[in-house]
Amino acid sequence: MKHHINTTLRRIAPQLVILAGVLLLNFLVFPDFFRIEFQHGRLFGNLIDVLNRGAPTALLCIGMTLVIATKGIDLSVGAVMAIAGAVAAALVVDGHSWQVALLGALCAGAVCGAWNGVLVAVLRIQPIVATLVLMVAGRGIAQLVTEGTILTFLNPGLIHLGAGTVAGIPTPILIWLGLGLAVTAVVRKTALGMLIEAIGINESSSRLAGINSRVLIISVYLISGFCAALAGVIVAADIKGADANNAGLWLELDAILAVVIGGNSLLGGRFSIIASLLGALIIQSVNSIILLSGMPPELNLVIKALIIIAILVIQSPTVKHALYILRASADPIPPGSIKEAKESPQ
Amino acid sequence: MIRSTHLPLLITIATFLLAYTLCAWQYPSMLSTRVVANLLTDNAFLGIAAVGMTFVILSGGIDLSIGSVIAFTGVFLAVILRDTSIHPLLAFALILAITISFGASMGAMIHYLEMPPFIVTLAGMFLARGAAYVLSTDSVPITHEFYDTLQSLYWKAPGGGRFRLTGMIMLLTFAAGIIAAHRTRFGQNVYAIGGGLQTARLMGVPLAKTTIGIYATSGGLAGLAGIVFSLYTSAGYSLATVGVELDAIAAVVIGGTLLTGGTGFVAGTFFGILIMGLIQTFIVFDGTLSSWWTKIVIGGLLFGFILLQKGLTWATTLRRKPAPEFAAQS
Repeated sequence: MKHHINTTLRRIAPQLVILAGVLLLNFLVFPDFFRIEFQHGRLFGNLIDVLNRGAPTALLCIGMTLVIATKGIDLSVGAVMAIAGAVAAALVVDGHSWQVALLGALCAGAVCGAWNGVLVAVLRIQPIVATLVLMVAGRGIAQLVTEGTILTFLNPGLIHLGAGTVAGIPTPILIWLGLGLAVTAVVRKTALGMLIEAIGINESSSRLAGINSRVLIISVYLISGFCAALAGVIVAADIKGADANNAGLWLELDAILAVVIGGNSLLGGRFSIIASLLGALIIQSVNSIILLSGMPPELNLVIKALIIIAILVIQSPTVKHALYILRASADPIPPGSIKEAKESPQ
Repeated sequence: MIRSTHLPLLITIATFLLAYTLCAWQYPSMLSTRVVANLLTDNAFLGIAAVGMTFVILSGGIDLSIGSVIAFTGVFLAVILRDTSIHPLLAFALILAITISFGASMGAMIHYLEMPPFIVTLAGMFLARGAAYVLSTDSVPITHEFYDTLQSLYWKAPGGGRFRLTGMIMLLTFAAGIIAAHRTRFGQNVYAIGGGLQTARLMGVPLAKTTIGIYATSGGLAGLAGIVFSLYTSAGYSLATVGVELDAIAAVVIGGTLLTGGTGFVAGTFFGILIMGLIQTFIVFDGTLSSWWTKIVIGGLLFGFILLQKGLTWATTLRRKPAPEFAAQS
């Protein structure tokens, strides 16, 4: 058990260091950053805001991590968020209870996810292209549900999901923490996580080894759709309305970025949901620095771009190879012994 | 094998003709030169950008940055014409140089860092959009007499249709794209890389030069599309053309280009653009359908053409299995 925790810690160490660094920067530009107060029955503070505002990205990156682990990608999550928000709002406006609305939205998300999964696993379409279809058409479908307007609602139960608190903690934080822990537990306490990684590393050989890759791939896209639907409901509940055009716009890119910052390879294989969630928090903390320091918010995208480029450079095989050679040549081995080592195998 | 490679293109053209006939049957005025001219003018910037996207997709890559590059170009032109007194032609040359080198550096990152084009161009998309925001978050109008001169250039066809300069630029771009893809060494190299990176390397295709060239072309054409877009709207706005990259990808796929690369035609993309423009025109003519139907229909078409590609690839591999005479078939 102790060994297990140690390996997890070693895996997420870079993300923890980056997060600590970004939070420290936040503290430098805004000394009250870490102060948390309890007022009107809920926690207040910038740290709570980071956790709360990061909820949609955090939820999306849970599903996205699993999808990327199978060597796939889900571009449709933003559009699925819009659909789910629209479905929830439409059901509540029709006079249904919030439980029915939530269930309806989650079913809509699961159906969207299953559609993507069938395109990828059964029709064997490349994931980027298969999910592009729903990304293009999804917002149209969401507008069909809201009939082109921003559907507003006043149902307290539904609003509670996005803006309410449970025991003083904002509900979205509990939702993403809960789902993240639950999914991690399911994939790590069973063989599921390993099977998903096997598909990402080599689908043909994993199928030959007896893994039902078709069902597993459909399930990961289904989970991604489910997470997107939950994020969509939270975003809609937060603004008390479903905006088919802007809900979740470009969040798919944030989610992919969170997964990449989490150190997960876009080429599939080993994954860590906890690292991705830390990635989502890093993105949100960077947003928070820009807001708190009074820098123009326009810089946000430029900074994100620079972060991606930096990570790409670090992760690229060429640079890894160069670093390896550098490290090898930095070792205090006399040049003669390298020559000998090279010659000895022949 | 000629039949199976040309089939998607033929189906695209047939779809366009069928759709146009149906539209014209319902609204006979759709046949007027005004509608045809507007179809070209309204989709000029998208068409130009889609030519670049065709080359990228033919090589098996993807370029997500073009929408942002178009917006950046518009804002850059508007700001530079407002704040300095340089001639628009010089500004055009400047922005084309910027966008070409932007595309080239993305190509260099893709090649030398061996990263997937998807994530590199995603960074490019953020960078270009962010740079546009930094220049100006407001919509900046462009008022320059040279712009008025360019906008007033048109050829009036019988029937009242005005074929404007921007539409002509799009047609010229497509013509140049078709020649470059099928009649130059660069075009052949693009097809070779799309057919298989390892094979292309073994064949002696200059991978670095071609990859950088492909993304430079895409960046440069996105810059040209941005110039055309600024002529079309007479303004630069950093929130404009969000999601144009998806429209361009959709046009390329509807045009019959295989998304895995290696197979497709620049001419197909032209008909893809026309089909998408036709859907919009039909919705305008109808008046009762809402604009979101455009997205749903384009999504449906995209799905249909992807299925068609899958079916064709499947049929081809089935036919290949009994008789493995690859040389004779290609």
